[in-house]
Order: sequence, then C-alpha cells, then structure tokens
Amino acid sequence: MSKLAMRDVYGEVLVELGKIYPNLVVVDADVSKSTKTIGFAKTFPDRFFDVGIAEANLMGISAGIASTGKIVFTSTFSVFASGRAYDQVRQSIAYPGRNVKIVSTHCGLTAGEDGAMHQSFEDMALMRSIPNMKVIAPCDGVEVKSVLKNIAEIPGPFYVRLARPATPVIFEESYEFKLGRGTVIKEGKEGIIIACGLMTAIALEASDLLSKEGINIGVVSMSSIKPVDTELIKNLSEQYKFIFSCEDHSIIGGLGGAIAEVLPPTNAKLVRLGMEDEFGDTGKFEELLRFYRLDAESIAEKIKSAVKK
Amino acid sequence: MELEEISRRVRYNTLYMITKAGSGHPGGSLSAVDIMVTLYFKVMRYKVEDPFWEDRDRFVLSKGHACPALYAIFYELGIIKREELDTLRKPGSRLQGHPDIKRLPWAEFSSGSLGQGLSFGVGVALSGKMDRKDYYTFVMLGDGESQEGQVWEAAMSARKFKLDHLIGITDRNRLQIDGGTESIMPIDPIADKWRAFGWNVIEIDGHNFSEITGAIEKAKENSESPTMIIAHTIKGKGVSFMENVVDFHGKAPTVQEWEKAKVELGGDYNE
Repeated sequence: MSKLAMRDVYGEVLVELGKIYPNLVVVDADVSKSTKTIGFAKTFPDRFFDVGIAEANLMGISAGIASTGKIVFTSTFSVFASGRAYDQVRQSIAYPGRNVKIVSTHCGLTAGEDGAMHQSFEDMALMRSIPNMKVIAPCDGVEVKSVLKNIAEIPGPFYVRLARPATPVIFEESYEFKLGRGTVIKEGKEGIIIACGLMTAIALEASDLLSKEGINIGVVSMSSIKPVDTELIKNLSEQYKFIFSCEDHSIIGGLGGAIAEVLPPTNAKLVRLGMEDEFGDTGKFEELLRFYRLDAESIAEKIKSAVKK
Repeated sequence: MELEEISRRVRYNTLYMITKAGSGHPGGSLSAVDIMVTLYFKVMRYKVEDPFWEDRDRFVLSKGHACPALYAIFYELGIIKREELDTLRKPGSRLQGHPDIKRLPWAEFSSGSLGQGLSFGVGVALSGKMDRKDYYTFVMLGDGESQEGQVWEAAMSARKFKLDHLIGITDRNRLQIDGGTESIMPIDPIADKWRAFGWNVIEIDGHNFSEITGAIEKAKENSESPTMIIAHTIKGKGVSFMENVVDFHGKAPTVQEWEKAKVELGGDYNE
C-alpha cells in the first residue's frame, strides 16, 4: 500500500486551488512549514499572511478577510485551531457563517512526541457542537484532495482535521468525497467498523487480521463527521449486530458520539473505540497507538472479544 | 440636521429601547453616541440600500453591548422601523442583545465576545489593501475591552501589515462593570501602549464633534501605520444622573428614571 501525508497533499492542493481561485487567501500562525501552507506562501506571497503565534487573531483576521468575499483557508495545529481559538471560531466565524476553511494538522495522536499538550482529542467534539460548522476527518491523501476541492466550492465555515505522518492510501484517484456521505469500503458479517481519519486504514488492517480468524468485519469510512451520514448508519444498524466506531479522538463527542446520537434503538450494539476520557502521552505515533491499544492488533482483539461474547 | 440634534435623537431612542427591553447597557451606549453619529452622518461612505456594497467604509462595533446606539442610528437611516424599536432583546427580533449580522447585515460584525472586533477589522482592511480599495475600516473598542489579550495581537498585526486605512477608536469612558478601569485592571498609559505597538495615536474629547471629525481627517493623512483615536468620553453622557455612574453600565433605567431622562433629552420625541 502506498503512503501519502495528508498535510503534504494539503500543501500541494492549496497551490492548485490558488490558481483556480484568484480570491483564495491563506492565513497561518507561524506553523506554515508544518501545516505545509508554505508552498502556497511561496507561490502566492501576496495572498498569504502569517500572523505569528496568535491563534485568536488568526481566526479574527480570517473572518475579516472572508467578509470581503474571499475564500480563506486558515491553518494551525488541530489542538490550537479548535481549543485555543474556540471562542473566535464560534463568534467571529461560525455565528455569522463566514467563508473560512479551518484546515488543521497534527490531529490527535499524530502530534506524537510533543505529548498531551499538542494532542487534540476534543477538537471534533468542540467544532461539531457549533452551529453552522461542518467537520471533516479525511481518511487518506486522495480524499484530502477531493475534500479540499469540494469545500472551496461550498460557502461557509468548515473544520478539517489532518494527520501529520504518511498514512496508507485507501481510495483510487477517481474517488470523490461527498459531504454527509460515508463510504462502505468493505462489507462484513458479524459487525462493521465505522472509522474516520487515519484510523480507517488501521480499521482495514484490523479487519484483515480478523478475517484470518474467520471473523468478517466490514469497514466504512465516515469522513464527514458533520453532517454525518445518518441514513447509512441507520441501514448499517439494521444490517449488523455490532457497530464499532473507530477514531483517534475522544470517544466522547467525536465520531462515536455522532453515531450514538443518530443510531436508532435497534439490535445493533455500538462499541466506541478511541481515546477514553483522558489526556495523551508522549511518544512516537506508532508507539502511542499501541500504548492506547488503538493499533490494528489491539482493535482486532477488542472486536473479537465483543463479537465472541 | 445638525450632528448635535441627531445625537440627541439617538440618545433618546437608545434609552427608549433599553427601558422598553428592561435590560441593556445604557452607560457605554451613551458614551459612544457622538462618535458613532459623526461617523454615520459626516464621515463614512456607504449605501443604506446596499449593505454589501464592496467599496463601503466599514464600522465595526467591537464593544457590541453598545448596540442600542447603533440600532438608534439605523432607525435614523430608515433601516429599522419605528415599531422595531419596541423589540430590542425580544425573541425573533432583528435587534438582538448583541448585533447579529445575519439578521442585520448593516452591523458588519456580530460582536459581543469582547476583544474580537479589531482582528476582524484587520482582516477587512488587509483585504482592502490587497485589492487596492480605498475604503476605511473603523473599529470602536471599549476601554475596558482593551484588557483582552486579542486586542494586542491585532494591534501588532495591523502595524505589520501597514494598515493605514484602519482607524480604531477607543471609547475611553474609564468605567467597566466592576468599577473604574484603573482599579479593576489599569490600561493606562493607554496612548503610550498604542504608540509602542507602532500606531499613530490621536487623543480627543469624544463628545466634541469638530475634534472627532478633525481626528479622522488627520488619521486619513497618515500613511503606513494604523491610527488609534483615544476618545475621552463620559459614561452615560447626556443624562445627568447616569453620567459617570458605574451602575448604569448594564442596568436599564426604571420607568421613573426614563421619565426624567426624557425631559433632559428634550422630551417626548418619537412617541
């Protein structure tokens, strides 16, 4: 499986979008080398603004620029975009429905060695609960491309969370993201995993491990966290006995929370896999996945014990 | 009509609305009236019929709690109807407790969480500079509001981007909810602070129309740096028993107080 870093794709697509939309502006808060907005900065220096280490001002300036009819892509790390500047996102961007696309990087455990202070496990919960805000957690580099092209065309605020490291490519180049739609990648029998972000690839791996033991678990990519694909979730709940949500985010308020909110009272049992109600730890991303039992083997074990009960 | 006369009417309707609503912020609305009236009736370029006109001058009321004064000005401009004055702070009204631009786009900015307006103004001015537009962006801040850290993030960035078409106005009425600004959290020397951040600073009497106009003209002559006008004002200006009284920051007048205020403001206008 080839790999792509979502943030690298973001950097490249921004330049493409810059060529298509002369009114597209990018704003960053001193992390352009990490969020990869630097490519846009070099290509379109007149349309790129670095506001320094000032996330509140980052969101306010973005809102102001957007108010004049421009498309604004705003980037910093997930933990700061959602938490540090929550009030500015809520008041200056979401309430008036400004055309600001907040594309954050280094989401969840992918902030890795930087530890708990940099790891965002609450960002989707925070952003999802703001009216007018749409939330997307793309599952691979190919989807990132499609998501970005899509949201540039849809007016209003978005929150997109991207991973730091290179992650496996799941979708074919022809894949097209549709807001509010999940994608069934693989059907199963005993249950199905609904995953988002980089956990989709790990869910697929877990599913492969389980199939070797004769347990057939499907995988759905649910990158559109808000709006979530209510109809698909409803259908899956009728089709499967077990639904496993899988995310590198708190099991409170993220994908698992979103599924729980729309899951009809049927036979399907929801098991939420993700970060428990806790802060993170320091370490390499892969180490942390094992540490929090969110690697493919651990997920396979958890699913196995659930379906075997 | 003379600016004084418009200000009197605006003060009257500001208090009328707040009294009718039974809540609101009279003190900081009244201190800002003369400046806002000067902007809307003498200085700014805009089209009442087209709030989205891209070449308009923008007024951002960062101290959103003073919005009754803005609504009273919108009433003078015909944006708000007479009967709407009775709906301030009522469910479904265009006259929300703090401005909502989705219902009232003339307000430019949905303020209410203090400290955010200047960043927004920086974005507006920056975009104007990119597009070589000649519009001005005016941002009115409360003096207490400048205790918010975001204001200074915005201050730094306005200087970096050389936003000479950005004009801030600080309503320096010296009072905030809990007391005097200098006892709650000192902001002085406020003019020096703005100068240190690279802004052009002008200090004026915020109730003197020619000083207000003069300061804005001077600010417009300035190039490369943004301007902050420190307008020394009186909280509750225009109603004797409200002037410099901290309790009228966020308390509506009683009906009896309103009757008294009405007389001071020239009586029975508009009823």
